[in-house]
Amino acid sequence: MTETAPASATPAQESPAQARSLADRMREIEVDPRMIGMVAALAVIWLGFNWLSGGAFLTPRNLWNLLVQTASIAVMACGMVLVIVTRNIDLSVGSMLGFVGMVVGLVQVRLLPEIWGFEHPLTWIVSLTVAIGLGGMLGMFQGALIAYLAIPSFIVTLGGLLVWRGAAWWVTQGQTIAPMDSRFRPLGGGIEGAIGTGASWAIGLVICGLILAGIVLARRRRRRFGFALRPLWAEGLVAGVACGAVLVTVAIANAYPLPAGIARRLTEAKGLVWPPGGLFIGHGLAVPVLLALAVGVAITFLTTRLRFGRYVFAIGGNPEAAQLSGVNTRKVLTLVYGLMGALVGISACISTARLNAATNSAGQLDELYVIAAAVIGGTSLAGGVGTIAGAMLGALVMQSLQSGMVLIGVDTPLQNIVVGLVLVVAVWLDGIYRKRLG
Amino acid sequence: MDMTTPLVEMRDISIAFGGIKAVDGASVDLHAGEVVGLLGHNGAGKSTLIKILSGAYKADAGEIRVSGEPVAISSPRDAKKHGIETIYQTLALADNVDAAANIFLGRELLTPWLTLDDATMESETRKVMGRLNPHFRRFKEPVKALSGGQRQSVAIARAIYFNARVLIMDEPTAALGPAETKQVAELILELKKQGIGIFLISHDLHDVFDLADRVSVMKNGRVVGTARVADVTQDEVLGMIISGKCPAGATPGPGALRG
Ligand SMILES: Nc1ncnc2c1ncn2[C@@H]1O[C@H](COP(=O)(O)OP(=O)(O)OP(=O)(O)O)[C@@H](O)[C@H]1O
Ligand SMILES: [Mg+2]
Repeated sequence: MTETAPASATPAQESPAQARSLADRMREIEVDPRMIGMVAALAVIWLGFNWLSGGAFLTPRNLWNLLVQTASIAVMACGMVLVIVTRNIDLSVGSMLGFVGMVVGLVQVRLLPEIWGFEHPLTWIVSLTVAIGLGGMLGMFQGALIAYLAIPSFIVTLGGLLVWRGAAWWVTQGQTIAPMDSRFRPLGGGIEGAIGTGASWAIGLVICGLILAGIVLARRRRRRFGFALRPLWAEGLVAGVACGAVLVTVAIANAYPLPAGIARRLTEAKGLVWPPGGLFIGHGLAVPVLLALAVGVAITFLTTRLRFGRYVFAIGGNPEAAQLSGVNTRKVLTLVYGLMGALVGISACISTARLNAATNSAGQLDELYVIAAAVIGGTSLAGGVGTIAGAMLGALVMQSLQSGMVLIGVDTPLQNIVVGLVLVVAVWLDGIYRKRLG
Repeated sequence: MDMTTPLVEMRDISIAFGGIKAVDGASVDLHAGEVVGLLGHNGAGKSTLIKILSGAYKADAGEIRVSGEPVAISSPRDAKKHGIETIYQTLALADNVDAAANIFLGRELLTPWLTLDDATMESETRKVMGRLNPHFRRFKEPVKALSGGQRQSVAIARAIYFNARVLIMDEPTAALGPAETKQVAELILELKKQGIGIFLISHDLHDVFDLADRVSVMKNGRVVGTARVADVTQDEVLGMIISGKCPAGATPGPGALRG
């Protein structure tokens, strides 16, 4: 069978030797060169800030906080990728986050306590469910206006930006609601949201196991059908880099010690003696980071392995073709906005829990950071192109810039200027890249 | 004339866009194992007429019958349910996904866990493309990266893969090279032998006379006439297309030049 020959060996694809660039070769082993570029950009940002801050950036403490701060934007960026892939936009996510956050605060601090008192074990899960459900409904409503009434998404969600922000104020006439339930607060990170070192290693190892199993299974499938296989060294490299990244992340999270007082309380609570020299107890991974990762994995699965994701991309590539192929494009579009809203609900819980308060200004400007994360992560505003992993890395890039500038004492106006410039330059570079290699 | 129940009948179909009557009282029919050529000048309404059959547009008036039964076709899904598959003039491909994703778009093969069975879809794609375009190798690339002819092959593959009863081909060989055109011609004859009815839209009179059993000519949205290719000459058909004059060998339609 000639089909089993690697693509490069077939005459149809043969190109002059000098044209077989590094990028071509990376595509052959199915590694997206754009991802490598983003990781490189991230490395430059991190090393740069580390140098400028005299070594304060690359510390377990700073990196741990950086990841926690990225979580909320990263979760929403996953949904924004799908929205933008369908050639639409969602400007309402920040305001919707504010509104949903207020409702969550109201539910867990005013409504639920009337039913079953404060600190009930189910309060946190009811709050999370309400947030996801409400966000999903608001999103579907906007999606239906866009899909069935053919109102441009820019307008519908611009309206949403104003409406939900106003609605957030109306929930309590502008009052802040605090404090949150103690089982809800871990969703936002903080000390109570760190899962501890042992559990972190366990999760890290499970993730590594899943990565390896995934690679082996995919390879076996391709072999069964006689398709070209990636060279073994490439598989090994991908597996090694992925597992290495996971384990290093765990190691860093575990290297960030709990404050001595809390470590002592934890030790004594287990019935152990607190040694005179003190004990090192690490934070471990944070709940919001794990939540964001879980969302990223789930949405990646949705986009690459499920019919729904295939439809989303086909609509972005050619809406008319998708419709002529029998895809119910309106339904898919409505569901995409519903999913976006549900993710806003999750992010609303993360940021409300992190602040330990629901305020009607929560999420202001988030829409811009979320869109920027998706676009920096390689999502094309022309539609049809984008990856979840890219958007999450994009969120990390945005947050790294922001946190780094705070760390080295850049004032807010200049921060905004820098973030704005980086966004424009990043999209410009991406355009050049696309033209050369796309 | 064949007196059995036609596989597809479109009766007095009309549709207007704004003020323009793109199709005006057009009637065509198609029997199993028959190739009917649809001819006409640019803008005559051929694509619009067949798009009504494929579910892309809904007619303002008229009736569609499949095997003698009146059917309501209000979406491409409905048409496919009746075994009507279409190769659109614009190809209607999603440019950003690969050949397999396009061929199975809307009808993806799933694993028992309801995930996309990409491996099986790719392997089926290799089989069906092998029939159409044996040199085709770029299975992994988005169809945007393909040549016009390769894209057309993908569109044809999508239409023939699902065991159509009625195949609509809107200028299927416009972008194909001579070898591939010949392959499509052979494919049409093979499908015809299997009893599939085919509407073939083409501007190449020569091809149409080679492949079609009958031709229907449209002009300004109306049918000039229908004829068996054995009963008319190419020059007479050319006259129907250009001036709307219906020759003796043809059955005149509402669009025939009077007098
Ligand atoms: N979606 C539409 N909106 C408005 N007008 C349309 C639309 N589709 C077709 N028309 C008009 O209907 C008429 C018939 O067009 P159609 O595409 O059916 O022609 P055709 O016979 O297929 O021509 P060609 O040989 O160029 O493909 C034209 O005048 C065209 O401008
Ligand atoms: Mg046409």
